[in-house]
Amino acid sequence: MTATPLADTLRRLLGPGKPEVTCETCFDLLDQYVDAEVLGQDADAAGPGLRAHLDGCPACADENDTLRALVAFE
Amino acid sequence: MTQRAGTDVDVAAQTGPQPAELDEDSARWMSSLRSTGARRDQAVADLHALLLRAARFEAGRRAGGMPAADRDDLAMQAADDALMQVLGKLDTFEGRSRFTTWAYKFAIYEAGVKARRRIWQDREVTLEAESWSLIPDTGSGPAAEAEGRELLHALEDGIRTALTPHQRNVLVALAVTGVPIDVLSDRLGTTRGALYKTLHDARRKLRGHLGDQGLAVLADGYVKETR
Repeated sequence: MTATPLADTLRRLLGPGKPEVTCETCFDLLDQYVDAEVLGQDADAAGPGLRAHLDGCPACADENDTLRALVAFE
Repeated sequence: MTQRAGTDVDVAAQTGPQPAELDEDSARWMSSLRSTGARRDQAVADLHALLLRAARFEAGRRAGGMPAADRDDLAMQAADDALMQVLGKLDTFEGRSRFTTWAYKFAIYEAGVKARRRIWQDREVTLEAESWSLIPDTGSGPAAEAEGRELLHALEDGIRTALTPHQRNVLVALAVTGVPIDVLSDRLGTTRGALYKTLHDARRKLRGHLGDQGLAVLADGYVKETR
């Protein structure tokens, strides 16, 4: 489902509106979060607050997408 | 590396999983990289090749329009930098993920940052928070448009009145004009984490401003009157 322009604008301006980790903590946890995702485990338990951060930080989200794609490809 | 960015940030810092036993492949990597002589040299060469593969993958995703030679040069620099980081942080690897996943993230980070900065290297980043408007972004039917315009006017007002000049400049650059956070941090001489903290604080103030106007934004983007 594609976000409407308004919803996308709101997301960028207002962020996730939930408790989230910092970029530094996101980087620290990203590998275990992605491994949990790819292995079908509870990724949120591996990185509480990380999903919300990925919703609010495009750069960290890009890294998550690439890492997941790379790991899933192997 | 952990740094607080706000009262509701860092929820994972004390609740993350405990160190785990290394899987067989990760144990082999660690053993080889901690060895000496030819065995370690080979392990370092293998690690560089692994990092280069990840860096090329990320460079291809972020800088697909870049000439192939430049993209490959970028990936090689990213792999070189990531190799130094991985070797320097080897003792911090606790086996909470597979070693290769852990190592990949350094190469992906380096390649992504380098790609964004390379793409923006000749583009001007203006921090003039006067030359922007949110209104043209709307438009999905008359009712939604009217609701959206009201909300966006409230947001514009909040951006102009509720934020500090620094928060306003950072929010407009990152969330309105689309400057990548690594590019902005480079131009301002700061870090991604510090800028994201500013963005996080600005977003929280904006939500508060909307609340003061009797508006709340729901998760699906709809607006709810709160009074």
